[in-house]
Amino acid sequence: MIPLSWYLVLSALLFSIGLFGVLARRNAVAILLGIELMLNAVNINLASFWRYGNTAQMGGQVFAIIVFAVAAAEVAVGLALIISVYRRRKTVLAEEIDLMKW
Amino acid sequence: MDASQIIFGLTALLIIFSALRVVTTRNMVHAALWLIVTLFGVTVLYALLQANFLAVVQVVVYVGAIAILFIFAIMLTRREIRDSGPQLNRGWLLAAFISLAVFGSLLALLYNAPVAGRLAGSLTGEDTLMALGQALVSPDAYVLPFEVASVLLLAALIGAVYVALNKKQESDQ
Amino acid sequence: MATETLIWLIPLPPVLAFFLIVLFTNKNKALSHMLGVGAAGLSWLASMVVFVRALSVKHLGEHPFHASINWLPTGETWFKIGVLIDPLGAAVLFFVAWTIFMIFLYSVGYHNFGQPKGDHDRPGLPPHGATVTDAHGHKHTVPSVEPMYSRFFAFLGLFAFGMYTLVVSDNLLTLFVGWEIMGLCSYLLIGFWYGKPSARNAAIKAFMTTRIGDVFMLLGIAFLYSVTGTLSFREIFTNEELMHALGTTATPVLGLSVAGLISLLLFIGTIGKSAQWPLHVWLPDAMEGPTPVSAMIHAATMVSAGVYAVLRMFPLLSLDPATMSIVAFIGAFTALFAATIAVAQNDIKRVLAYSTISQLGFMIAALGIGAYVAAAFHLITHAFFKALLFLGSGSVIHGMEHGVLHTGNHHVDPQDMFNMGGLRKKMPITFWTFLIGGFALSGFPVITAGFWSKDEILADAWAHHHYAVFITLAVAAFLTAFYTMRQITLTFLGEPRTEEAKHAQETPWTMTAPLVVLAFFAVTYGWVGIPEHFPVLGGLVPNWFHDFVGHTLEHPPKAPEFNWVPLLTSLGVALGGLFFGWLAYRNVKAPAEDKLQISVLKNKWYFDEAYDFLFVKPAYWIAETFVYKWMDKGVLDGILHFIAYITGVIGAAIRHYIDLLVINETIGDGTANTVKWMGFNLRPIQTGRIQQYMLASFVVLIVVGAVLYYFLVMA
Repeated sequence: MIPLSWYLVLSALLFSIGLFGVLARRNAVAILLGIELMLNAVNINLASFWRYGNTAQMGGQVFAIIVFAVAAAEVAVGLALIISVYRRRKTVLAEEIDLMKW
Repeated sequence: MDASQIIFGLTALLIIFSALRVVTTRNMVHAALWLIVTLFGVTVLYALLQANFLAVVQVVVYVGAIAILFIFAIMLTRREIRDSGPQLNRGWLLAAFISLAVFGSLLALLYNAPVAGRLAGSLTGEDTLMALGQALVSPDAYVLPFEVASVLLLAALIGAVYVALNKKQESDQ
Repeated sequence: MATETLIWLIPLPPVLAFFLIVLFTNKNKALSHMLGVGAAGLSWLASMVVFVRALSVKHLGEHPFHASINWLPTGETWFKIGVLIDPLGAAVLFFVAWTIFMIFLYSVGYHNFGQPKGDHDRPGLPPHGATVTDAHGHKHTVPSVEPMYSRFFAFLGLFAFGMYTLVVSDNLLTLFVGWEIMGLCSYLLIGFWYGKPSARNAAIKAFMTTRIGDVFMLLGIAFLYSVTGTLSFREIFTNEELMHALGTTATPVLGLSVAGLISLLLFIGTIGKSAQWPLHVWLPDAMEGPTPVSAMIHAATMVSAGVYAVLRMFPLLSLDPATMSIVAFIGAFTALFAATIAVAQNDIKRVLAYSTISQLGFMIAALGIGAYVAAAFHLITHAFFKALLFLGSGSVIHGMEHGVLHTGNHHVDPQDMFNMGGLRKKMPITFWTFLIGGFALSGFPVITAGFWSKDEILADAWAHHHYAVFITLAVAAFLTAFYTMRQITLTFLGEPRTEEAKHAQETPWTMTAPLVVLAFFAVTYGWVGIPEHFPVLGGLVPNWFHDFVGHTLEHPPKAPEFNWVPLLTSLGVALGGLFFGWLAYRNVKAPAEDKLQISVLKNKWYFDEAYDFLFVKPAYWIAETFVYKWMDKGVLDGILHFIAYITGVIGAAIRHYIDLLVINETIGDGTANTVKWMGFNLRPIQTGRIQQYMLASFVVLIVVGAVLYYFLVMA
């Protein structure tokens, strides 16, 4: 039988990797990829806790579904923004999008 | 070692490997494709957890929509077919360190948590799908977050369309 | 009304007149002089009633009119003040009342009441005449009315109040009060024409000189009070043991007894007030005041007050022979000294001023040799004829001024006797009354009062073997007669020497009537004191004066024995002086012919110059240089400037080292610069790159998490 901790460690690792991707990648779309990884890690966590807790309590799955919805919305808007910025500034590199500075 | 553990182990390896590839590959399309692999791995995990609905929704939404969206975005934002230049920014070392630190912190938390060693209860005989459906639309349960999520999606839809709209004057320049 | 109440009321009308004139009637000349003369008249009436009543009391000396009230609480007891009319007081009150009344009346005419306002007259300067046009269009100048007319009567009223207070008071304190009031009024009246610098200076000189005397007098009063605990005359003089103790206790000063020292101190006050040598310098200068003032101050009242004070204190004085000798010396010396100066004066009033000093010397000398009654007698007769002479001289000056206004020549001094002459024809009443006064002053035998009083002094000096005093006074009497006849000859006899004298006019009745009244007294008053053993006339009437006034003292003095020597001496010097005076001056045409104008005499033996050098200039030096320049400006201002300088230095230091350095730079600018520096250096954090922001936030998250983990979970 799989102890809960395995799932949790896995999701933690996935989360960290996603975090790395967010912090270290230059391409803005790659950053969004990282965010997706992180969201998936969260979902794994939620589902695990649902399964290993009170399965009659649907809150875990519902939360995960909501996270799906949010992730979808966020990706849509984020990519729309990136495309819009690309059209304007001809770049997708995050370090070049730095107008909101001193 | 039983069957589920082996499956889990393989799936875990797949997920981790492909996640690493997502964040390290230079080619953006490859990154998107590796993301798809990761997502599929997660689906298998959901299936292992007997969260059937989630598994299906994962494939349909994530892989079928979001990943495709990613690929479209990558296509639309490429100057050259080939990606050149490093794909990690100047602070990648610190980022790696941070990631490790986060991972370490989470592990430390997990270490002390009593819940970690739990084993799954039995699930046979329950219609989880029906319960989930009812939970989503029942006024006593989660209909409100459900409706709000719908509104959110609508807003995101409109917003995305508007933001990415190619206004005629600007596109000519 | 009880006599005592009446005595209290005597000084009241003149002071009421003063206040009423000052407060209400200053603008109305007629009302003011009515108040003044009316007040003097009321006081005169009250004085006459008191005098008559006093005459009818047997042994007034032992039962004088006396009333006193508690005034100042002094611990267990009260200091009392009150009124006292004993024989001396009654006699003095008589002449004071008459002379004051006459002088008030005289002032109405003297200040030209009823005349028009002058052309260029200003308050503060003597009036200079007004131009009137008569029916035919002829213009001539007439005397103009005094602009400060009412003020004069106010001051005169205050003066009268002072004198009356002095005469009726029963203690030294109120006597001194009256004394000082008169001192003030003499300042005010001598400086009446304050527009003239000479008048201002004369007023200050008078006040300062008498002040010196007053200081010592006050010391004497204080000394007396501290020794006896009272200042009331009756209480001191009727107390035999006290008098004995005062006379025998010695003081460290000059070997005098207590009585002697007190008397000496009080006498110094008299030296000042009665213008004896060496404090005589103010009296001649006081002629700057209008003539009624001169008459009032220098004949009737103020200088008499000095002699009166010594008369009052005579019981105390007579206890110490040393003080008596000093008094006699000063008196006799002054008599001769002043007479020598009078001989060489040209101004008609100056002669009379020195004459007054000289005659007062006579009285003081008489007191010094113990001739109490003679001194009192001479005081009273002198008051009458000297007032007469002064008012007469005022009349002469008025007449001369009439002439000056007629000719229009204002460079002629109407007071210079050498501009006069022949005035007996133009001003008969003035002439005859002046003649009577002059003869009285010289001691013309029998028919003038001056003869009787002066003769009594000489007789007393001879009888008690004070030969030095006798000879000095005799010589002084000779000179007195000489300069008096000189004065009369130059003024009235002969022919007018100038145009102005030719056009002189007799003065109105308000001026000549007082002259007549005073002349009457100058003739008749002597007859109340005819000595008993006088040849032919003695014994016809009793020597009322001697008996009356003599009984003021506890031990009434005996009248001196009759002796031919003083009588013949007195006759000789009087008639001789008159004759030689007439002889020397009957044909004088101009001042150059006066061989007796020896410069040292004319210049008053240079005493004024000496005092100026010795006292006045050093006083000015102390005030101007020492106190003002060195102490006030140098030291005090120096200290202040130094403090200010130190404050400036401290201020500058604070500014430079604390304000600018610390507060401005360090705190003010420092804070600003630090913030600026921090801002400048923190700015680059905002790169605009969100990955860096996220990195930063995660770092913080890790750190905070670790800290919290450590503290919450591990600890």
